[in-house]
Amino acid sequence: MADGEVVLKVEDLHKSYAGVKVLNGVSFEIDRGQIKVICGPSGSGKSTLLRCLNLLTNPDKGRVWLEGQEITDQIRDVNKVRQKIGFVFQEFNLFNHLTALRNVSIALEIVKKMKKEDARDLALKELKRVNLEEDAHKYPAELSGGQKQRVAIARALAMNPVIMFYDEPTSALDPHLIGEVLDVMKKLAQEKLTSLVVTHEIGFARSVADEIMFMGDGTILEQGPPNEIIENPKHEMVKQFFKRISELYRRDGQ
Amino acid sequence: MAIIFAVARVYGNKPTSLLATTIVGIFRGFPAIVTLFIIFFALPELGIFFSPFWSAVLGFVLVTGAYQSEYIRGAIQSIHLGQSLAAEALGMSKLQEIVHIILPQGIRAALPGISNEIIYLVLYSSLASYIGVEEMFAVARSFNSLQFRPLEIFLTAGLIYAAMATVCFAGFKMLENKYRIPGLEAAR
Repeated sequence: MADGEVVLKVEDLHKSYAGVKVLNGVSFEIDRGQIKVICGPSGSGKSTLLRCLNLLTNPDKGRVWLEGQEITDQIRDVNKVRQKIGFVFQEFNLFNHLTALRNVSIALEIVKKMKKEDARDLALKELKRVNLEEDAHKYPAELSGGQKQRVAIARALAMNPVIMFYDEPTSALDPHLIGEVLDVMKKLAQEKLTSLVVTHEIGFARSVADEIMFMGDGTILEQGPPNEIIENPKHEMVKQFFKRISELYRRDGQ
Repeated sequence: MAIIFAVARVYGNKPTSLLATTIVGIFRGFPAIVTLFIIFFALPELGIFFSPFWSAVLGFVLVTGAYQSEYIRGAIQSIHLGQSLAAEALGMSKLQEIVHIILPQGIRAALPGISNEIIYLVLYSSLASYIGVEEMFAVARSFNSLQFRPLEIFLTAGLIYAAMATVCFAGFKMLENKYRIPGLEAAR
Protein backbone atom coordinates (compact mmCIF):
# COMPACT_ATOMS: atom_id res chain seq x y z
CA MET A 1 0.00 0.00 0.00
CA ALA A 2 2.43 2.61 -1.17
CA ASP A 3 1.60 6.29 -1.05
CA GLY A 4 0.42 7.65 -4.35
CA GLU A 5 -1.74 4.63 -5.08
CA VAL A 6 -5.13 5.71 -6.37
CA VAL A 7 -7.93 4.59 -4.03
CA LEU A 8 -10.88 6.22 -5.75
CA LYS A 9 -11.13 7.32 -9.34
CA VAL A 10 -14.18 9.09 -10.72
CA GLU A 11 -14.69 9.73 -14.39
CA ASP A 12 -17.32 12.00 -15.96
CA LEU A 13 -20.14 11.35 -13.50
CA HIS A 14 -23.63 12.54 -14.45
CA LYS A 15 -26.89 12.44 -12.51
CA SER A 16 -30.28 14.08 -13.06
CA TYR A 17 -33.36 14.14 -10.87
CA ALA A 18 -36.64 14.72 -12.69
CA GLY A 19 -34.89 16.38 -15.61
CA VAL A 20 -32.72 18.63 -13.41
CA LYS A 21 -29.00 18.05 -13.85
CA VAL A 22 -27.43 17.65 -10.41
CA LEU A 23 -24.09 16.22 -11.50
CA ASN A 24 -22.80 17.37 -14.83
CA GLY A 25 -19.53 15.61 -15.53
CA VAL A 26 -17.51 15.19 -12.32
CA SER A 27 -14.02 13.67 -12.50
CA PHE A 28 -11.31 13.39 -9.84
CA GLU A 29 -8.98 10.98 -8.05
CA ILE A 30 -7.94 10.39 -4.46
CA ASP A 31 -4.65 8.76 -3.53
CA ARG A 32 -4.20 6.62 -0.47
CA GLY A 33 -3.79 8.75 2.64
CA GLN A 34 -5.15 11.88 1.00
CA ILE A 35 -7.82 14.10 2.54
CA LYS A 36 -9.94 15.98 0.04
CA VAL A 37 -12.55 18.51 1.04
CA ILE A 38 -15.51 19.32 -1.18
CA CYS A 39 -17.25 22.64 -0.64
CA GLY A 40 -19.69 24.72 -2.54
CA PRO A 41 -23.13 26.27 -2.22
CA SER A 42 -26.10 24.09 -1.32
CA GLY A 43 -27.70 22.43 -4.30
CA SER A 44 -24.38 22.14 -6.10
CA GLY A 45 -24.51 18.32 -6.02
CA LYS A 46 -22.11 17.54 -3.16
CA SER A 47 -24.34 15.06 -1.32
CA THR A 48 -25.53 13.49 -4.56
CA LEU A 49 -21.89 12.98 -5.56
CA LEU A 50 -21.12 11.07 -2.34
CA ARG A 51 -24.25 8.97 -2.69
CA CYS A 52 -23.42 8.09 -6.28
CA LEU A 53 -19.94 7.03 -5.22
CA ASN A 54 -21.15 4.31 -2.84
CA LEU A 55 -24.12 3.48 -5.07
CA LEU A 56 -26.81 4.61 -2.62
CA THR A 57 -27.91 6.41 -5.79
CA ASN A 58 -27.14 5.10 -9.24
CA PRO A 59 -25.34 7.58 -11.50
CA ASP A 60 -26.86 8.06 -14.97
CA LYS A 61 -23.49 8.09 -16.67
CA GLY A 62 -19.83 7.88 -15.76
CA ARG A 63 -17.50 5.37 -14.14
CA VAL A 64 -16.09 4.89 -10.65
CA TRP A 65 -13.16 2.70 -9.60
CA LEU A 66 -12.42 1.70 -6.00
CA GLU A 67 -8.91 0.33 -5.50
CA GLY A 68 -8.62 -0.23 -9.23
CA GLN A 69 -11.86 -2.20 -9.56
CA GLU A 70 -14.75 -0.64 -11.39
CA ILE A 71 -17.85 -0.47 -9.18
CA THR A 72 -20.21 1.05 -11.75
CA ASP A 73 -20.11 -2.01 -14.01
CA GLN A 74 -23.44 -3.40 -12.68
CA ILE A 75 -21.94 -6.82 -11.94
CA ARG A 76 -20.21 -6.05 -8.69
CA ASP A 77 -21.97 -6.90 -5.42
CA VAL A 78 -23.15 -3.52 -4.15
CA ASN A 79 -23.11 -4.61 -0.51
CA LYS A 80 -19.46 -5.67 -0.83
CA VAL A 81 -18.55 -2.28 -2.30
CA ARG A 82 -20.32 -0.38 0.46
CA GLN A 83 -18.51 -2.32 3.19
CA LYS A 84 -15.27 -0.78 1.96
CA ILE A 85 -16.59 2.78 2.18
CA GLY A 86 -17.25 4.39 5.57
CA PHE A 87 -20.17 6.79 5.29
CA VAL A 88 -20.91 9.48 7.88
CA PHE A 89 -24.21 11.33 7.44
CA GLN A 90 -25.18 14.86 8.36
CA GLU A 91 -28.05 13.57 10.50
CA PHE A 92 -25.99 10.78 12.17
CA ASN A 93 -28.63 8.14 11.34
CA LEU A 94 -27.86 5.95 14.34
CA PHE A 95 -30.07 2.92 14.96
CA ASN A 96 -32.34 4.22 17.73
CA HIS A 97 -33.13 0.86 19.30
CA LEU A 98 -29.49 -0.12 19.85
CA THR A 99 -26.88 1.06 22.35
CA ALA A 100 -23.84 2.93 21.08
CA LEU A 101 -21.89 -0.33 21.34
CA ARG A 102 -24.47 -2.33 19.37
CA ASN A 103 -24.69 0.42 16.76
CA VAL A 104 -21.02 -0.19 16.09
CA SER A 105 -21.04 -3.99 16.42
CA ILE A 106 -24.22 -4.98 14.57
CA ALA A 107 -22.83 -4.74 11.04
CA LEU A 108 -19.68 -6.56 12.17
CA GLU A 109 -21.89 -9.46 13.26
CA ILE A 110 -24.40 -9.65 10.46
CA VAL A 111 -22.42 -8.28 7.51
CA LYS A 112 -18.87 -9.31 8.36
CA LYS A 113 -20.07 -12.44 10.22
CA MET A 114 -17.73 -11.85 13.15
CA LYS A 115 -18.26 -13.70 16.42
CA LYS A 116 -20.30 -11.77 18.97
CA GLU A 117 -17.41 -11.36 21.42
CA ASP A 118 -14.96 -10.31 18.71
CA ALA A 119 -17.44 -7.80 17.32
CA ARG A 120 -17.97 -6.42 20.82
CA ASP A 121 -14.25 -6.07 21.47
CA LEU A 122 -13.65 -4.33 18.18
CA ALA A 123 -16.63 -2.03 18.70
CA LEU A 124 -15.30 -1.02 22.12
CA LYS A 125 -11.92 -0.31 20.59
CA GLU A 126 -13.48 1.91 17.93
CA LEU A 127 -15.57 3.76 20.52
CA LYS A 128 -12.36 4.38 22.44
CA ARG A 129 -10.84 5.82 19.29
CA VAL A 130 -13.57 8.49 19.26
CA ASN A 131 -13.36 8.98 23.06
CA LEU A 132 -16.71 7.39 23.86
CA GLU A 133 -15.84 4.14 25.64
CA GLU A 134 -17.64 5.36 28.76
CA ASP A 135 -20.89 5.89 26.88
CA ALA A 136 -20.91 2.52 25.14
CA HIS A 137 -24.03 1.34 26.98
CA LYS A 138 -26.10 4.46 26.22
CA TYR A 139 -28.84 4.65 23.62
CA PRO A 140 -28.76 7.32 20.87
CA ALA A 141 -31.54 9.34 22.52
CA GLU A 142 -29.33 9.63 25.62
CA LEU A 143 -26.39 11.10 23.70
CA SER A 144 -25.66 14.66 22.58
CA GLY A 145 -25.42 15.45 18.87
CA GLY A 146 -21.63 15.49 19.01
CA GLN A 147 -21.56 12.12 20.75
CA LYS A 148 -24.02 10.66 18.24
CA GLN A 149 -21.85 11.78 15.35
CA ARG A 150 -18.78 10.24 17.00
CA VAL A 151 -20.65 6.93 17.41
CA ALA A 152 -21.53 7.16 13.71
CA ILE A 153 -17.85 7.67 12.90
CA ALA A 154 -16.88 4.68 15.06
CA ARG A 155 -19.56 2.59 13.34
CA ALA A 156 -18.04 3.42 9.95
CA LEU A 157 -14.45 2.90 11.14
CA ALA A 158 -15.22 -0.53 12.57
CA MET A 159 -15.85 -1.88 9.08
CA ASN A 160 -12.20 -1.09 8.29
CA PRO A 161 -13.03 0.98 5.21
CA VAL A 162 -10.46 1.88 2.55
CA ILE A 163 -11.97 5.35 2.37
CA MET A 164 -14.25 7.51 4.54
CA PHE A 165 -17.00 9.77 3.17
CA TYR A 166 -18.29 12.54 5.42
CA ASP A 167 -21.44 14.34 4.25
CA GLU A 168 -21.54 17.66 6.11
CA PRO A 169 -20.83 15.90 9.41
CA THR A 170 -21.07 19.02 11.58
CA SER A 171 -23.92 20.91 9.90
CA ALA A 172 -26.61 19.51 12.18
CA LEU A 173 -24.65 20.23 15.38
CA ASP A 174 -24.85 23.06 17.90
CA PRO A 175 -21.75 25.26 17.58
CA HIS A 176 -20.28 24.13 20.92
CA LEU A 177 -20.43 20.47 19.80
CA ILE A 178 -18.70 20.90 16.45
CA GLY A 179 -15.21 20.93 17.95
CA GLU A 180 -15.32 17.42 19.42
CA VAL A 181 -16.32 15.94 16.06
CA LEU A 182 -13.72 17.92 14.12
CA ASP A 183 -11.05 16.86 16.63
CA VAL A 184 -11.83 13.20 15.94
CA MET A 185 -11.79 13.81 12.20
CA LYS A 186 -8.46 15.61 12.47
CA LYS A 187 -7.00 12.75 14.45
CA LEU A 188 -8.10 10.27 11.77
CA ALA A 189 -6.70 12.54 9.06
CA GLN A 190 -3.34 12.51 10.86
CA GLU A 191 -3.51 8.71 10.84
CA LYS A 192 -3.67 9.07 7.04
CA LEU A 193 -7.12 7.56 6.66
CA THR A 194 -8.12 8.40 3.09
CA SER A 195 -11.15 10.71 3.26
CA LEU A 196 -13.55 12.68 1.14
CA VAL A 197 -15.19 15.37 3.26
CA VAL A 198 -18.11 17.57 2.29
CA THR A 199 -17.95 20.47 4.73
CA HIS A 200 -18.06 24.23 5.10
CA GLU A 201 -15.63 24.16 8.02
CA ILE A 202 -12.94 26.22 6.32
CA GLY A 203 -10.66 25.97 9.36
CA PHE A 204 -10.75 22.19 9.11
CA ALA A 205 -10.10 22.30 5.38
CA ARG A 206 -7.17 24.65 5.86
CA SER A 207 -5.51 22.57 8.56
CA VAL A 208 -5.94 19.00 7.28
CA ALA A 209 -7.03 18.92 3.64
CA ASP A 210 -4.53 18.12 0.91
CA GLU A 211 -6.88 19.67 -1.58
CA ILE A 212 -10.15 21.53 -1.80
CA MET A 213 -12.54 20.80 -4.63
CA PHE A 214 -15.10 23.54 -5.15
CA MET A 215 -18.38 22.37 -6.65
CA GLY A 216 -20.92 24.52 -8.43
CA ASP A 217 -23.56 23.77 -11.04
CA GLY A 218 -22.85 20.06 -10.87
CA THR A 219 -19.16 20.20 -11.71
CA ILE A 220 -15.87 20.88 -10.00
CA LEU A 221 -15.24 24.55 -10.74
CA GLU A 222 -11.84 24.75 -9.14
CA GLN A 223 -9.48 22.50 -7.21
CA GLY A 224 -6.13 22.87 -5.53
CA PRO A 225 -4.32 23.26 -2.21
CA PRO A 226 -6.55 24.86 0.49
CA ASN A 227 -4.66 28.13 0.81
CA GLU A 228 -4.67 28.72 -2.91
CA ILE A 229 -8.40 28.07 -3.26
CA ILE A 230 -9.37 30.07 -0.17
CA GLU A 231 -6.99 33.03 -0.57
CA ASN A 232 -6.70 33.28 -4.31
CA PRO A 233 -9.67 31.73 -6.13
CA LYS A 234 -9.95 32.34 -9.84
CA HIS A 235 -13.57 31.48 -10.56
CA GLU A 236 -16.07 34.24 -9.78
CA MET A 237 -18.50 31.95 -7.91
CA VAL A 238 -15.67 30.61 -5.72
CA LYS A 239 -14.49 34.17 -4.95
CA GLN A 240 -17.98 35.19 -3.86
CA PHE A 241 -18.37 32.09 -1.69
CA PHE A 242 -15.17 32.56 0.29
CA LYS A 243 -15.68 36.30 0.52
CA ARG A 244 -19.03 35.73 2.19
CA ILE A 245 -17.57 33.13 4.55
CA SER A 246 -14.68 35.36 5.58
CA GLU A 247 -17.09 38.23 6.19
CA LEU A 248 -19.08 35.97 8.44
CA TYR A 249 -15.97 35.04 10.44
CA ARG A 250 -14.90 38.68 10.74
CA ARG A 251 -18.30 39.68 12.02
CA ASP A 252 -17.84 37.10 14.74
CA GLY A 253 -14.87 39.12 15.92
CA GLN A 254 -11.97 37.23 14.38
CA MET B 1 -49.18 -12.81 9.24
CA ALA B 2 -49.51 -9.12 10.11
CA ILE B 3 -45.74 -8.62 9.88
CA ILE B 4 -45.49 -10.35 6.52
CA PHE B 5 -48.31 -8.27 5.07
CA ALA B 6 -46.93 -5.02 6.46
CA VAL B 7 -43.46 -5.73 5.08
CA ALA B 8 -44.92 -6.78 1.71
CA ARG B 9 -46.86 -3.55 1.45
CA VAL B 10 -43.91 -1.32 2.31
CA TYR B 11 -41.01 -3.15 0.66
CA GLY B 12 -42.60 -5.52 -1.83
CA ASN B 13 -42.46 -4.94 -5.58
CA LYS B 14 -45.63 -3.71 -7.27
CA PRO B 15 -47.48 -7.05 -7.67
CA THR B 16 -46.55 -8.22 -4.16
CA SER B 17 -47.64 -5.04 -2.49
CA LEU B 18 -50.82 -4.88 -4.56
CA LEU B 19 -51.70 -8.45 -3.57
CA ALA B 20 -51.05 -7.74 0.10
CA THR B 21 -53.06 -4.50 -0.07
CA THR B 22 -56.00 -6.32 -1.68
CA ILE B 23 -56.04 -9.11 0.89
CA VAL B 24 -55.79 -6.66 3.77
CA GLY B 25 -58.52 -4.56 2.14
CA ILE B 26 -60.88 -7.53 1.90
CA PHE B 27 -60.53 -8.65 5.50
CA ARG B 28 -60.71 -5.13 6.84
CA GLY B 29 -63.74 -4.48 4.69
CA PHE B 30 -65.78 -7.58 5.61
CA PRO B 31 -67.52 -7.62 8.98
CA ALA B 32 -65.84 -10.32 11.10
CA ILE B 33 -69.08 -12.31 11.30
CA VAL B 34 -69.35 -12.37 7.50
CA THR B 35 -65.80 -13.69 7.20
CA LEU B 36 -66.62 -16.42 9.73
CA PHE B 37 -69.79 -17.38 7.88
CA ILE B 38 -67.97 -17.53 4.57
CA ILE B 39 -65.30 -19.83 6.00
CA PHE B 40 -67.73 -22.09 7.84
CA PHE B 41 -70.80 -22.11 5.59
CA ALA B 42 -69.59 -21.09 2.11
CA LEU B 43 -66.20 -22.79 1.73
CA PRO B 44 -67.69 -26.32 2.09
CA GLU B 45 -69.55 -25.61 -1.17
CA LEU B 46 -66.11 -25.41 -2.78
CA GLY B 47 -65.11 -28.61 -1.08
CA ILE B 48 -63.07 -26.96 1.71
CA PHE B 49 -64.11 -28.04 5.20
CA PHE B 50 -63.04 -26.68 8.58
CA SER B 51 -64.41 -27.64 11.99
CA PRO B 52 -66.22 -24.82 13.85
CA PHE B 53 -63.18 -24.29 16.06
CA TRP B 54 -60.66 -24.08 13.19
CA SER B 55 -63.03 -21.92 11.13
CA ALA B 56 -63.11 -19.48 14.02
CA VAL B 57 -59.31 -19.58 14.43
CA LEU B 58 -58.73 -18.99 10.71
CA GLY B 59 -61.33 -16.23 10.52
CA PHE B 60 -59.91 -14.35 13.49
CA VAL B 61 -56.33 -14.72 12.26
CA LEU B 62 -57.31 -13.18 8.92
CA VAL B 63 -59.35 -10.36 10.40
CA THR B 64 -56.96 -9.41 13.17
CA GLY B 65 -53.92 -9.95 10.96
CA ALA B 66 -55.32 -7.49 8.43
CA TYR B 67 -55.85 -4.85 11.11
CA GLN B 68 -52.51 -5.51 12.84
CA SER B 69 -50.64 -5.21 9.57
CA GLU B 70 -51.87 -1.64 9.28
CA TYR B 71 -50.51 -0.73 12.72
CA ILE B 72 -47.15 -2.26 11.84
CA ARG B 73 -47.10 -0.63 8.41
CA GLY B 74 -47.69 2.78 9.97
CA ALA B 75 -44.95 2.18 12.51
CA ILE B 76 -42.48 0.97 9.87
CA GLN B 77 -43.10 4.02 7.73
CA SER B 78 -42.54 6.37 10.64
CA ILE B 79 -38.95 5.16 11.03
CA HIS B 80 -36.63 7.77 9.62
CA LEU B 81 -35.35 6.95 6.14
CA GLY B 82 -31.85 7.85 7.34
CA GLN B 83 -31.58 4.60 9.31
CA SER B 84 -32.31 2.72 6.12
CA LEU B 85 -29.55 4.60 4.30
CA ALA B 86 -27.14 3.95 7.17
CA ALA B 87 -27.89 0.23 7.09
CA GLU B 88 -27.33 0.12 3.34
CA ALA B 89 -24.13 2.16 3.61
CA LEU B 90 -22.79 -0.46 6.04
CA GLY B 91 -23.36 -3.14 3.42
CA MET B 92 -26.49 -4.75 4.89
CA SER B 93 -28.85 -6.48 2.49
CA LYS B 94 -32.47 -5.30 2.36
CA LEU B 95 -33.54 -8.38 4.31
CA GLN B 96 -30.92 -7.83 7.03
CA GLU B 97 -31.98 -4.21 7.25
CA ILE B 98 -35.67 -5.14 7.66
CA VAL B 99 -35.01 -7.89 10.22
CA HIS B 100 -32.38 -6.15 12.35
CA ILE B 101 -33.14 -2.46 12.04
CA ILE B 102 -36.67 -1.76 10.84
CA LEU B 103 -38.89 -4.44 12.39
CA PRO B 104 -37.52 -4.30 15.96
CA GLN B 105 -38.36 -0.61 16.05
CA GLY B 106 -41.57 -0.91 14.02
CA ILE B 107 -43.08 -3.63 16.21
CA ARG B 108 -42.16 -1.73 19.36
CA ALA B 109 -43.84 1.39 18.05
CA ALA B 110 -46.91 -0.61 17.01
CA LEU B 111 -47.38 -2.28 20.43
CA PRO B 112 -50.14 0.06 21.71
CA GLY B 113 -52.15 -0.50 18.51
CA ILE B 114 -51.49 -4.23 18.61
CA SER B 115 -52.69 -4.46 22.21
CA ASN B 116 -55.90 -2.70 21.24
CA GLU B 117 -56.47 -5.20 18.46
CA ILE B 118 -55.75 -8.20 20.71
CA ILE B 119 -58.38 -6.97 23.16
CA TYR B 120 -60.86 -6.65 20.30
CA LEU B 121 -59.96 -10.20 19.37
CA VAL B 122 -60.82 -11.45 22.86
CA LEU B 123 -64.17 -9.72 22.62
CA TYR B 124 -64.76 -10.82 19.02
CA SER B 125 -64.30 -14.41 20.09
CA SER B 126 -67.95 -14.27 21.22
CA LEU B 127 -68.87 -14.24 17.52
CA ALA B 128 -67.58 -17.79 17.21
CA SER B 129 -70.70 -18.98 19.03
CA TYR B 130 -72.63 -18.26 15.82
CA ILE B 131 -70.80 -20.99 13.94
CA GLY B 132 -71.22 -23.45 16.78
CA VAL B 133 -68.06 -23.03 18.84
CA GLU B 134 -68.78 -23.72 22.50
CA GLU B 135 -67.11 -20.60 23.83
CA MET B 136 -68.18 -18.52 26.79
CA PHE B 137 -70.91 -16.51 25.07
CA ALA B 138 -72.49 -19.69 23.69
CA VAL B 139 -72.45 -21.21 27.16
CA ALA B 140 -74.04 -18.05 28.59
CA ARG B 141 -76.78 -18.16 25.99
CA SER B 142 -77.64 -21.79 26.63
CA PHE B 143 -77.65 -21.13 30.40
CA ASN B 144 -80.02 -18.26 29.82
CA SER B 145 -82.42 -20.30 27.75
CA LEU B 146 -82.61 -22.84 30.60
CA GLN B 147 -82.82 -20.48 33.56
CA PHE B 148 -83.93 -17.20 31.98
CA ARG B 149 -81.90 -14.90 34.22
CA PRO B 150 -80.36 -12.62 31.56
CA LEU B 151 -79.20 -9.88 33.93
CA GLU B 152 -77.02 -12.11 36.10
CA ILE B 153 -75.83 -14.40 33.31
CA PHE B 154 -74.87 -11.81 30.69
CA LEU B 155 -73.47 -9.40 33.25
CA THR B 156 -71.24 -12.18 34.58
CA ALA B 157 -70.14 -13.06 31.03
CA GLY B 158 -69.41 -9.39 30.34
CA LEU B 159 -67.34 -9.09 33.50
CA ILE B 160 -65.32 -12.18 32.61
CA TYR B 161 -64.61 -10.68 29.14
CA ALA B 162 -63.62 -7.43 30.84
CA ALA B 163 -61.30 -9.34 33.16
CA MET B 164 -59.62 -11.07 30.21
CA ALA B 165 -59.26 -7.75 28.39
CA THR B 166 -57.71 -6.21 31.50
CA VAL B 167 -55.19 -9.02 31.75
CA CYS B 168 -54.25 -8.47 28.09
CA PHE B 169 -54.01 -4.75 28.64
CA ALA B 170 -51.70 -5.22 31.65
CA GLY B 171 -49.60 -7.75 29.76
CA PHE B 172 -49.02 -5.33 26.88
CA LYS B 173 -48.25 -2.49 29.29
CA MET B 174 -45.50 -4.72 30.71
CA LEU B 175 -44.21 -5.53 27.23
CA GLU B 176 -44.16 -1.86 26.31
CA ASN B 177 -42.19 -1.01 29.43
CA LYS B 178 -39.81 -3.89 28.95
CA TYR B 179 -38.98 -2.92 25.38
CA ARG B 180 -39.02 0.83 25.89
CA ILE B 181 -36.03 2.44 24.21
CA PRO B 182 -34.19 4.42 26.90
CA GLY B 183 -34.30 8.15 26.38
CA LEU B 184 -36.67 7.94 23.44
CA GLU B 185 -39.87 7.91 25.45
CA ALA B 186 -40.30 8.82 29.10
CA ALA B 187 -40.97 5.83 31.37
CA ARG B 188 -44.40 5.75 32.90
